[in-house]
Amino acid sequence: MRACRVVTTPGQERPGLTHCKWRWFDAPPAPFYKVDTVMDETQAGVLDTVETIVTSLKHKPGALLPILHGIQDHFGYIPDVAIGVIARHLRSTAADVHGVVSFYHYFRSEQPGRHVVELCRAEACQARGARALESHAKARLGVDYGQTTADRSITLKPVYCLGNCATGPSVRVGEQIKGRMDPARFDRLVDDLTTYKLELN
Amino acid sequence: MSLRVFVPCETTALSLGAEDVATLISREAAARGLKIELVRNGSRGLFWLEPLVEVDDGTGRRAFGPVEPGDVASLLDSHFGDDHPLALGPTDELPWLKKQQRVTFARLGVTDPVSLDDYRATGGFDGLHHALELTPQQLVDRVKASGLRGRGGAAFPTGIKWQTVLDAAGAQKYIVCNADEGDSGTFADRLVMECDPYMLIEGMIIAGLAVGATQGYIYLREEYPLAHRHLDLAIARAEAAGYLGNNIQNSGRAFALEVRLGAGAYICGEETSLLESLEGKRGMVRAKPPLPAIEGLFGLPTVVNNVLSLAAVPSILRDGPEHYAGFGVERSRGTLPFQLAGNIAQGGLVELAFGHSLRELIEDFGGGSASGRPVRAVQVGGPLGAYLSPAQFDTALDYEAFSAIGAVLGHGGVVVFDDSVDMAEQARFSMEFCVEESCGKCTPCRIGSTRGVEVIDRIMRGENRDANMALLEDLCDTMIQGSLCAMGGMTPFPVKSAYTLFPEDFQRQGGEA
Ligand SMILES: Cc1cc2nc3c(=O)[nH]c(=O)nc-3n(C[C@H](O)[C@H](O)[C@H](O)COP(=O)(O)O)c2cc1C
Ligand code: SF4
Ligand code: FES
Repeated sequence: MRACRVVTTPGQERPGLTHCKWRWFDAPPAPFYKVDTVMDETQAGVLDTVETIVTSLKHKPGALLPILHGIQDHFGYIPDVAIGVIARHLRSTAADVHGVVSFYHYFRSEQPGRHVVELCRAEACQARGARALESHAKARLGVDYGQTTADRSITLKPVYCLGNCATGPSVRVGEQIKGRMDPARFDRLVDDLTTYKLELN
Repeated sequence: MSLRVFVPCETTALSLGAEDVATLISREAAARGLKIELVRNGSRGLFWLEPLVEVDDGTGRRAFGPVEPGDVASLLDSHFGDDHPLALGPTDELPWLKKQQRVTFARLGVTDPVSLDDYRATGGFDGLHHALELTPQQLVDRVKASGLRGRGGAAFPTGIKWQTVLDAAGAQKYIVCNADEGDSGTFADRLVMECDPYMLIEGMIIAGLAVGATQGYIYLREEYPLAHRHLDLAIARAEAAGYLGNNIQNSGRAFALEVRLGAGAYICGEETSLLESLEGKRGMVRAKPPLPAIEGLFGLPTVVNNVLSLAAVPSILRDGPEHYAGFGVERSRGTLPFQLAGNIAQGGLVELAFGHSLRELIEDFGGGSASGRPVRAVQVGGPLGAYLSPAQFDTALDYEAFSAIGAVLGHGGVVVFDDSVDMAEQARFSMEFCVEESCGKCTPCRIGSTRGVEVIDRIMRGENRDANMALLEDLCDTMIQGSLCAMGGMTPFPVKSAYTLFPEDFQRQGGEA
């Protein structure tokens, strides 16, 4: 199982840190989750993984959000079968857990494409051309917000501010945020993301 | 000494290619046999110059920017010479920085964000050591004397909030840092967390000592992955060094701290919604009273403060409340980090004492629009803040002067639009945002915003314009009066200011249908 981001052990640091240690970004970003794993895993396997994540986090006060993050970090979404497991462990109901999942924009119940591309729609990016970028992106990918391209490479999502408001329009892919995005740079980004997929195969 | 080269590890710098620049500098230096020490600092907040590379050969730091990967070779060939086209001279002499009053952000971009040594060498933890010698009441009194008001939007006096929690009975009390920073055009909280995380940690420990809380949570928006990394690392190191845990610096006092991630809901920045979310529920706003200070997280007394409010505390303790209160005007004491964003030539972080004018910010610091076209509108205070027109630019930047013109300073975000903006579109977006982000508890907000989008659409199509404008006005008033929180209660501010100040945009297409 991939360690979930929320369980950082105190004192534990990333290996190989030197003085110029802040180089999180120079390796190609590891896919946030492994789609292949999900497809190989049987339902029982999924349940096992969910059990592990829930058990490791349920002792926290107000554990539900950390648990949902842990699950989505691993699978890329919250599989339906996870809901019952969570409810059982937290002595809650499936309806309540589902209600929480659906309240938050970030949590999703369906498997996304291999990359999630988020476009900032908020005011400061609008002032720098986000509306035009948005139409271009939808046309280029042939999808609307919340949809995934036919080859399942990219899911397009809106986001309201990435805190990069002086150098927008801003776009986020995984943990990377990109500034001054225009239609031409967006096309190159999409090319990169889809090429990366070929390299993996 | 070997040459020290600083390349920021901060979201905006990285979004413009700082990582490639850093990699190339190492590589090109090695190829030339040049010995350098590469330091990943925070950003200085001069975003239009990012990636801003600094060098120090022992005679002080000099800046170069904006550096693109293609510039690296020539920079090294010139030995970072002052005659390189990207040379900006000594960093501290840059007028844009020199004119600021950096108090909370004094360390911004100067240090390696997660280095404890850097933090301590620049006055870090002095405030905490002082705080450990004081009683809780003395600590609260210091914060009261500083005049600090909450920087999250509502500007409530921080000392008074702390007093309430100190006086409340409770076996367990909490310090909750509101790091949900959802307002478009704001990034000051992010800069604290990415570039100076120990300052926030220190502020929270002091808050804990002041009110008797031993557990703190930082509720961080999910959209800030780098802030998350830096905070987690800083917390781990602060723990290892005995600043957090059961025996803070051998004082016998305890404070534990944990980061909790939000999940993309703007409303969770509202303090009661945030507490619900921390408890693992939907982020539904709670009615007040009871105040969170009395019945907050898990029903126990809780301080909820914005990142900037807590980050101001270490310097208040270190330099004394009088020093902090010495900045500012009237009831707006201290400094506010303004964030210049949107269509602005020189965007970034401008920390100033209260009392300067909006015009100074936009024209002197910002240098006008990025597009070079005339500035037409400015939205201050996030998506719930009013739009202002250039005629209002002489308004003083203080809480009371802004409220006198029906506007808010909020969290200090300033979003600039040039003359290509369609203010009817902006008004429509305000309503649309409210539809997306309403928690759904009250009808005027949940349904009213949807109706608002529809009415503005009709106005934009030119259908029954007068009747629909009257309807919009009515709707705005209903939302203002009938909403439980500022989400529904303030969404009308940008809408009303848009049609009042820019009526021509609501009469554009067609005539009466
Ligand atoms: C819709 C809404 C969103 C808010 N978002 C934030 C936010 O992102 N960050 C923040 O600190 N305060 C936000 N606030 C204000 C908080 O409710 C609260 O006043 C603040 O956290 C108190 O801290 P302070 O006294 O230090 O400002 C928001 C309020 C509303 C109504
Ligand atoms: S005004 Fe809107 S966001 Fe606020 S409590 Fe009511 S429905 Fe929820
Ligand atoms: S508005 Fe787009 S990053 Fe802030």
